[in-house]
Amino acid sequence: MTLTLLNPEFQVNATASSGSHPILRMIARRLGLGVITVWVVTLVVYWATMVLPGDAATAILGQSATPERLAALTRALHLDESPVSAYWHWVTGILSGDPGISLVNGQEVVSLAFPRILNSAVLVIVATLLSTLIGISLGVVLARRRDTVFDHATSGVTLAASALPEFIVAIFVILLLSVKVFHWFPSVSTLNPGEHIWNEPSKMMLPVLTLLIVVTPYAIRMMRAAMIEALNTEYVELAELKGLTSRRILLRHAMPNALAPTIAVIGLNILYLAGGIVLVETVFNYPGLGQELVDSVNNRDVPVIQFLVLFLAVFYVVLNILIDLVVLLITPRRRVSR
Amino acid sequence: MTTNIPTRVEAAAIDVEGLTIGFPRSKTPVVFDVSLSVQPGEVLGIVGESGCGKTTLGLGLLAYTRPGLEILGGSVRIGDVDLVGLPVKRLREFRGNAVSYVPQDPASALNPALRIGVQLRETLQAHPGGMTSGEDVSARVNEVLEEVSLPVDRTLRSYPHQLSGGQQQRVAIAMAVVCRPRLIVMDEPTTGLDVSTQRQILRTVRRLNDEYNCAVVYVSHDLPVVAEIADRVLVMYAGRVVEQGPAGHVLIAPSHPYSVGLLKAAPSLDHAQRLVGISGNPPRPGAWPAGCSFADRCSRVTPECRESVPDLVGDREVGVRCLHPIPPTTNAASVGIPAAPPAATPAVAPVLEVTGLRANYGSSAVLHNLAFTIDAGSTLAIVGESGSGKTTLARCLSGLHTDWTGTVSYGQQSLAAAPSNRTVDQRRSIQYVFQNPYGALNPRKSTAEILEAPLLEFRKDLSRSQRRELVAQALSDVSLGTAFLDRYPFQLSGGERQRVAIGRALILEPDLLICDEVTAALDLSVQAAIVEQLRKVQDQRGVSILFITHNLAVVRSIADSCLVLSKGKIVERGTVEKVLNDPQDPYTIGLLRDVPRLGDALQRPSRDNAVRHSYVPPPRPEGPPQDR
Amino acid sequence: MPLSDKRQSKTAKAPHRGIRRNLHDALGTGRGQFGFALVALVVLVAVVGPFVAPHSAVEFTTAPYASPGGRNGFLGGDTLGRDVFSRVLHGGWVLLLLAATATLAGVVVGAMLAVVAAYRGGWVETLIMRGVDVGLAVPQMVLALLLVSVSGASLWLVVFAVASSQGPQVARVMYSSTQDIVERDYVKVARMWGTPSLKVVRREVLPNLMSPLMVDAGIRLSFSIIIVAGLAFLGFGRQPPAADWGVMINENRLGLLTNPWGVIAPAILLILLAIGANTFTDAIARTTLSESQSEPEPTADTAVPSE
Repeated sequence: MTLTLLNPEFQVNATASSGSHPILRMIARRLGLGVITVWVVTLVVYWATMVLPGDAATAILGQSATPERLAALTRALHLDESPVSAYWHWVTGILSGDPGISLVNGQEVVSLAFPRILNSAVLVIVATLLSTLIGISLGVVLARRRDTVFDHATSGVTLAASALPEFIVAIFVILLLSVKVFHWFPSVSTLNPGEHIWNEPSKMMLPVLTLLIVVTPYAIRMMRAAMIEALNTEYVELAELKGLTSRRILLRHAMPNALAPTIAVIGLNILYLAGGIVLVETVFNYPGLGQELVDSVNNRDVPVIQFLVLFLAVFYVVLNILIDLVVLLITPRRRVSR
Repeated sequence: MTTNIPTRVEAAAIDVEGLTIGFPRSKTPVVFDVSLSVQPGEVLGIVGESGCGKTTLGLGLLAYTRPGLEILGGSVRIGDVDLVGLPVKRLREFRGNAVSYVPQDPASALNPALRIGVQLRETLQAHPGGMTSGEDVSARVNEVLEEVSLPVDRTLRSYPHQLSGGQQQRVAIAMAVVCRPRLIVMDEPTTGLDVSTQRQILRTVRRLNDEYNCAVVYVSHDLPVVAEIADRVLVMYAGRVVEQGPAGHVLIAPSHPYSVGLLKAAPSLDHAQRLVGISGNPPRPGAWPAGCSFADRCSRVTPECRESVPDLVGDREVGVRCLHPIPPTTNAASVGIPAAPPAATPAVAPVLEVTGLRANYGSSAVLHNLAFTIDAGSTLAIVGESGSGKTTLARCLSGLHTDWTGTVSYGQQSLAAAPSNRTVDQRRSIQYVFQNPYGALNPRKSTAEILEAPLLEFRKDLSRSQRRELVAQALSDVSLGTAFLDRYPFQLSGGERQRVAIGRALILEPDLLICDEVTAALDLSVQAAIVEQLRKVQDQRGVSILFITHNLAVVRSIADSCLVLSKGKIVERGTVEKVLNDPQDPYTIGLLRDVPRLGDALQRPSRDNAVRHSYVPPPRPEGPPQDR
Repeated sequence: MPLSDKRQSKTAKAPHRGIRRNLHDALGTGRGQFGFALVALVVLVAVVGPFVAPHSAVEFTTAPYASPGGRNGFLGGDTLGRDVFSRVLHGGWVLLLLAATATLAGVVVGAMLAVVAAYRGGWVETLIMRGVDVGLAVPQMVLALLLVSVSGASLWLVVFAVASSQGPQVARVMYSSTQDIVERDYVKVARMWGTPSLKVVRREVLPNLMSPLMVDAGIRLSFSIIIVAGLAFLGFGRQPPAADWGVMINENRLGLLTNPWGVIAPAILLILLAIGANTFTDAIARTTLSESQSEPEPTADTAVPSE
């Protein structure tokens, strides 16, 4: 939950040093750092799920565990070995594409998680695209109509809306559009096994709407603030003194400069969504990564927890590099090394 | 002296009548009742301190106001059309076309996200004139870029950040002339540029002004620059025109006490003089007095000055708004600029001795093998353009930059690089004053707290009342009253902040004061006061001063000896007299040649186009002109 | 003239008294008053609630999901037939306490790490900021879930989990603020004097960090409330039968059609709290912003005060 809308100064570290391909060097550096970050995350995740609770196997199965199950579990998680070698087994397993099997139903973690991740990805992508579209266009309009009644009203609403807990939004969305006032969409998004969410788009409606309500206000506020800042610059003043049309000033002079900080916020939005789906998917019983994570935490399905958290960390690292890259590409100033 | 005014035959390029700009709701004016006209081919200089409405007036000539302000009355005529009250759509046909604007800081006025080519072409496309095809546009764009001496293809493809400051300003000028305007308004276009770049830009402006026969309004606080470029000068004070006339008149023998004050504050390259600042600040809009706005700062004030605002006596060519103007026959010498006292006799013992100083930033060497000494009780000026390494030198000596080798002897001991490796006494006796007074003071501390901080650090022996005494003393040493004790930095003007910063350094009774461009961010009138302040402190305390500056003229007024730094090497050294009067190194000679002088206003021929076209600037004497 | 009056009064007031002045200014704005009123209202309900509730939190008073009114109480019954109104009054204070404690811990630790990293530089900076990166790499909700999953839901663990998910966020923001201030000339002056680091930080750096820190703390508090309530909603916070707004929303969801108040009442309180905290923070941010803008630029002729 990394949204700091009140601090529009979002640092992008374009630390490319002098060289022939500053952008390539930046990517290489960031990838290197990302690998280190992910590696430390594996340590933390492993420590949190395995080492801390003392006898992990007993903790996982509870006091009523049969000796046979306990022994099977101990072998599956390499608990009979030293923590270091158990960790080593786990990491090498993941690197070779085998993060283990679920303790609950014995399924391969990958085949269990993959369809869930796909379902969640659809949710996040749709919500991101829509919120970006709405955010940028509404932000531009508001900046243009700054200090009108429309602007003040929208600013108040977006400020209030940007603080709403997503599970509560979800419940009100259900009340309004599913069970109480209107009966347009199903309130539960469960799917038959093997079914994909994009084949039943009506089940996506309410989760997407919920995420939109939570995330779009940030995009709007950021775009508005960035546009206002861009419109207050000397280059816009000069454009005005050159006799350019206000349309050209708005779209050609102000907007390109307002886009970079907004894209940074949109990136943060995506990261927020990656966490927000945990609650939203639970409310809607949406068969995605978030719900899976909650289920496996409830069931102490350690291999699944480890895999999902690690997946999110990798996603974070890759996404961050992509955001910085996009910001770099649309900001000519930043492309040169300093 | 050129005071003869040519008769007007052509129509004025712009005709302004009673222009008043201010806040619309309270009707508070920022610029009040300004009338002026500029002839084609004429350059009108507008001068005055910060906050006098120069920029507001300049923008007003395009019928443009910054957000919050509005044109409250008057007219701005271009030909038969009054721009004031024109609908925005019609106004756009004039802006950038008939009247164009060159901004102060092209680095922030050129759009960082658009290539120069796009920004140049769009101006032309907005005002196509007779141009129909894209080739016409391209041809014209190429033409103007050549006229401002920029490489065409490379410039078109560049983004603003890929150009130097001088190149950016050339682009801005090209943008201003591309539609062949009748009038170009230039707002401090060379502020922040090195003198050599400034000289080239001024030449370009002059040439284009001749070639296009367009009028130029040149807004600047820098009198010598205006002297170099302007035919006529208009002095603004508190939103009103207080004096106008030919440059040779206003900048050499002005009539208004304010103009005189500005002149006395301007340092001269050619002779040493005590600088005299104008005490106090210009009144803010809304706080203008009922009488003459300058009355509170004027030495010739009489009670009747305060009764009502004096009229602008004269016509549009020569006029002065003063009840007691200085008679026009008086010249600069009798205006009362006191001559500087003879240079202090050099003390025997050097306070600081530098040998073999080399400094690096990362892998690049910035200073190469510098060696010099600073005599006790004297002022050494380090002069250099941007990138010469002068600030790095200051930072090495003060301990802010630690990546250097060499020996710096202070008294009997040598000085370590990092402050933590220096003795307490070394840290106390070398103090530093920064260039930007706006960043030098902690905004959360009052003046008293700021001044007390060094005492808490170095004078732990003092009691609270003793500290308070020293703080009050320090405040009066820098000519600030005890009323300032409880003020916070945001309540102080730039000059006042810089005084507090100097006071903070002096309260420790240092032996050496390092002043890094301490007046660069200040108005000339404030600069004069600060320079005199430093002189006074030196006379009283015998403190040595290392004065780092890019401004050669200031060196005359403050320093005893002088080093010229170029690309990290000392290219010239000696007494100020010797370096400025008889420079040996080509770099110094070039630097001196490029500095604009007030006397240039005298050399300007009368504004006659026939004469102007054949006008060639006379070769500059290498030394000071003998005629003064 | 009104303009000069404004300037004068600004000069007359004791300026820059840090936090207190910012709070004071924020409360002077409509936005600030609105936000503060909302927060105060919800806090009042949570704190005074337990003393005025008609029933205890666990008492069975009526039929499950009984409609509001009469003997069923002001807001009807919940999933097990307990009084919704009483449970709402009982169920806020622990949540608020947890969120506030976690925020405080996260902000203090995060800010300290940020200041140390930005001021010390070198390997200390690298170590701290890489660590922060690790903390940021896992979504906050997931990080909290992960830590809570370690040994079940103890309240201390909730505080620890939320605090350690907030710390890196705070550190990221405060790091860039501190970097900005450490580069200021007045800090350099103190360093040149050889003033000990701790003193420089305390006297020159921290006072200028308070405004951004307060704004960030406000944002963090909003998110802490969301996370703590969210954890309870997922079943990893306080456990039934305890009255807790997050728990209530979850356990009464099935009766949304029969008696929605079991969900709506705690939901509305949480929403009001979040909106209030956010609006008030925004008001503070605006006052600190106008404060930093009150510094005029040098020589520019443009330093005309706006009306």
